[in-house]
Amino acid sequence: MSLGPYASFIVTSYAAAALVVAILIGWIVLDYRSQTQRLRELDRSGITRRSGRSAIDTP
Amino acid sequence: MTLIDLANPTRFLALTARVLPWLAGATVILLAVGLYQSALAPDDYQQGATVKIMFIHVPNAWLSMFVWGVMSIASLGTLVWRHPLADVAAKAAAPIGAAFTFLALLTGSLWGRPMWGTYWEWDARLTSVLILFLMYLGLMALWRAVDDPSRAARAAAVLTLVGAINLPIIKFSVDWWNTLHQPASVMRMGGSTLDKSFLIPLLVMAIAFTLLFATLHIAAMRNEILRRRVRSLQMMQASRVAFSSESSAGSRAENASNEAGAA
Repeated sequence: MSLGPYASFIVTSYAAAALVVAILIGWIVLDYRSQTQRLRELDRSGITRRSGRSAIDTP
Repeated sequence: MTLIDLANPTRFLALTARVLPWLAGATVILLAVGLYQSALAPDDYQQGATVKIMFIHVPNAWLSMFVWGVMSIASLGTLVWRHPLADVAAKAAAPIGAAFTFLALLTGSLWGRPMWGTYWEWDARLTSVLILFLMYLGLMALWRAVDDPSRAARAAAVLTLVGAINLPIIKFSVDWWNTLHQPASVMRMGGSTLDKSFLIPLLVMAIAFTLLFATLHIAAMRNEILRRRVRSLQMMQASRVAFSSESSAGSRAENASNEAGAA
């Protein structure tokens, strides 16, 4: 597959899209870990939801 | 599970746990198929291989508007029905929409340089998409600037609905004004002008990116629900600490007055 004289523009476009999507995925995964970690800490300190369920509980 | 059950954040969290792996899997498969077809697509007779940028640029451009549309519907949910997940949906979608809009601008610019001879031109299509990108950033700043989540939700919902007026301007800018950007070639009256060898990979990539958005959006909504749960539990913890310190101060004062009375 030859990309011709403008290969750098094509490759940069795909690389930029891959990088931005990877950053989005990374941010969402790290945010999830951070929130569940904070919920576990609250659970350990005895703070429960009004329903009486554990902070990290899902049905 | 009925649709109304999803209004309950806890039930929504349970649903995300079941749906996310399937959505992520479908996204990966479709992206792989789309990228493979894009690589095999023939060169355009005028543009040569640079036409391959279209397979990444058009899905991002389409999603930049679609995400704002999703946020507008969610904003109606916030203002009219006060749906508990409406603001969560809008807030979670904004950074993802901003990322897709940034990619649409960047890949469009990289496509424009070899085809138009310039990275940027202040024409109606490019400028209106840049305004959309700035509106995403403004909206994200607004959510961060207001401490009270319900006030922030209403203000952001109003701004989102006002900003939705930009969507038809973006879509029809190429018809209403004389722009450097080409007119619509896929979604137009009379059908697509693209040959099947370009249209099929483009549609596969568009569906793959839409699934990618759905996956990221649901995951980001889950994070936002958890963030709000953390916030409410921290407030509960703070009020417990305040109550216990108040009651211990009160009992100390009572003991002191009892001792004074006994003396």
